[in-house]
Amino acid sequence: MDIVVCVKQVMDADTPPSGFRIDARANDVVSTSGLPPVINGFDEQAVEAALRLKEAHGGTITVLTLGKDLALDVIRKPLSMGADELVVVWDAAFEGGDSYSTAHGLAAAIRKIGTYDLILCGRQASDGDAGQVGPGIAELLGMPCVTFAKSITATDATVRIERAIPDRYEVVEAPMPCVITVSNELGAARYPTLRGVMAARRKQPVTWNAEALGIDPSTVGAAGARTKVLRLFLPERGGECELVAGDTPEQAGKRLAMKLREAKVI
Amino acid sequence: MNDGRGVMVFGEVSESITYELLGIGRSLAAALGEPLSCVVLGSGIRDQARELIAFGADTVSVVDDPLLKDYQADAYVTVMHRLCQEQRPNILLLGQTIAGRDLAPRLAFRLHTGVATDCSELAIDPTSRLLLQTRACYGGNVRATVVCPDARPQMATVRAKTMAALARDDSRTGDVIDLDAGIDASCLRTRIVDESRETATGVRLEDARVVVAGGRGMGGADAFKQLDTLATVLKGAVGASRAACDAGYAPASAQIGLTGKVVAPTLYVAVAISGASQHMTGCSRSKVIVAINKDPAANIFKEARYGVVADYREVLPAFTEMCRELLE
Repeated sequence: MDIVVCVKQVMDADTPPSGFRIDARANDVVSTSGLPPVINGFDEQAVEAALRLKEAHGGTITVLTLGKDLALDVIRKPLSMGADELVVVWDAAFEGGDSYSTAHGLAAAIRKIGTYDLILCGRQASDGDAGQVGPGIAELLGMPCVTFAKSITATDATVRIERAIPDRYEVVEAPMPCVITVSNELGAARYPTLRGVMAARRKQPVTWNAEALGIDPSTVGAAGARTKVLRLFLPERGGECELVAGDTPEQAGKRLAMKLREAKVI
Repeated sequence: MNDGRGVMVFGEVSESITYELLGIGRSLAAALGEPLSCVVLGSGIRDQARELIAFGADTVSVVDDPLLKDYQADAYVTVMHRLCQEQRPNILLLGQTIAGRDLAPRLAFRLHTGVATDCSELAIDPTSRLLLQTRACYGGNVRATVVCPDARPQMATVRAKTMAALARDDSRTGDVIDLDAGIDASCLRTRIVDESRETATGVRLEDARVVVAGGRGMGGADAFKQLDTLATVLKGAVGASRAACDAGYAPASAQIGLTGKVVAPTLYVAVAISGASQHMTGCSRSKVIVAINKDPAANIFKEARYGVVADYREVLPAFTEMCRELLE
């Protein structure tokens, strides 16, 4: 079973609001924390899902990423976890893309990769939080798509996906090839082994630009985008917090209850 | 391409967000001087159309077909794509529900338009008359205002409990239009092979007046049971942060936040929750947030109205007991 996993390099989601600033002119978020970027957490779990399928059925895992200023050590992580190939797509034509035009770039790269049974993506990226690229790729490639997978099993030409849906249990069967987006309920991604890290270092990513993909530049980057960001800003935080204290924590707890009663909250 | 007219709401009969979408849809339609329509897909749903008019729709399109009984992307995208091509809305609003999260991007790509997901503010720009779509990104740490300048419809999914529904007005009139789905089973490439609904016990989390939520700092599934006691005393429901769910302390159905449920209770008691933005996006509309956390620097204290800085293990039993006494 051959699997393509789409991954995105993002600012570490644990970066506190004090660890980045907003560049209002570029409408961009700039990390100032010194923390290295990471692979989007849901995408790492998509890699994990691919590795579990490979362990059961064999095949190859190709990791695909599209982005600017990628840190090689970061985007190699899926290789060190056990993926086989890494494809990096970038050139200036992709600059300023939105979910719509980014999915066009990724879909073109998947067409060029050519052989695949499954395409896995994280359910959303922790920077844009849009959750569009996976379903978008499915539309562009004319494939079915199942979102929010918590487990994936394959038999011959079909896959069974248990979806992570609150208050519901749902298992969907889809023919291959198809796109599946992976949710955190799948479970934690494995850590790279030392051997994996060494092996990954010996692998050079395949790099493609827009021309190599044979893609019309007007469909990607800012030119192909359908949406435009007018403004990025920090949300307003709530007001003052009244800290309730006591001689002991127990007393503070009691006082808190009385405070809520006085304020008619309970 | 710039030829759309009217605001269309994709209604889901079982979701209260439909009324919230009609509420904001009404005000956007008024700002544009355009009509508000609602589309509902399902099986055996025709009776509910009148209610959508009472809540603000000028017209309701009903697509009633056994194939639409459950949400399945292939069928819903096909029907909605055809409907949008026929009715050419200027704006299409969907809920940020399980169906909406799946349908909106698929439909947008098929219509060659953009969509802003998880919006919590929508307005019409008086100059450009474009839909200003404000949404959270970076896990809720940053907000973005987005427009879709050229393609139509301008599509947005809307987060639950961020828009106000109109009061029901049964004297409102409007047309109910029955439309054929125009699909057969061959359009469904995927198949639901197993399905069950968890039977909710007690108060539904999304509707609870009081929510008691725990984080990873609770330390274990057994510790989480203490929250049940407090929730029972306060006649509320128990929620959890994603970290607590991932750690197996609480079921996934209790998850509150960006990828979980959105709640807006009168009282939200956050116990051993650090208050990461992705969690707060699911509860920041609560009227009063109370935080119990041993870390005075925890973000939750920036969001809370009342707080106790201490280990919850020492605070919670006394707090619970006192609440019980006061409420007796």
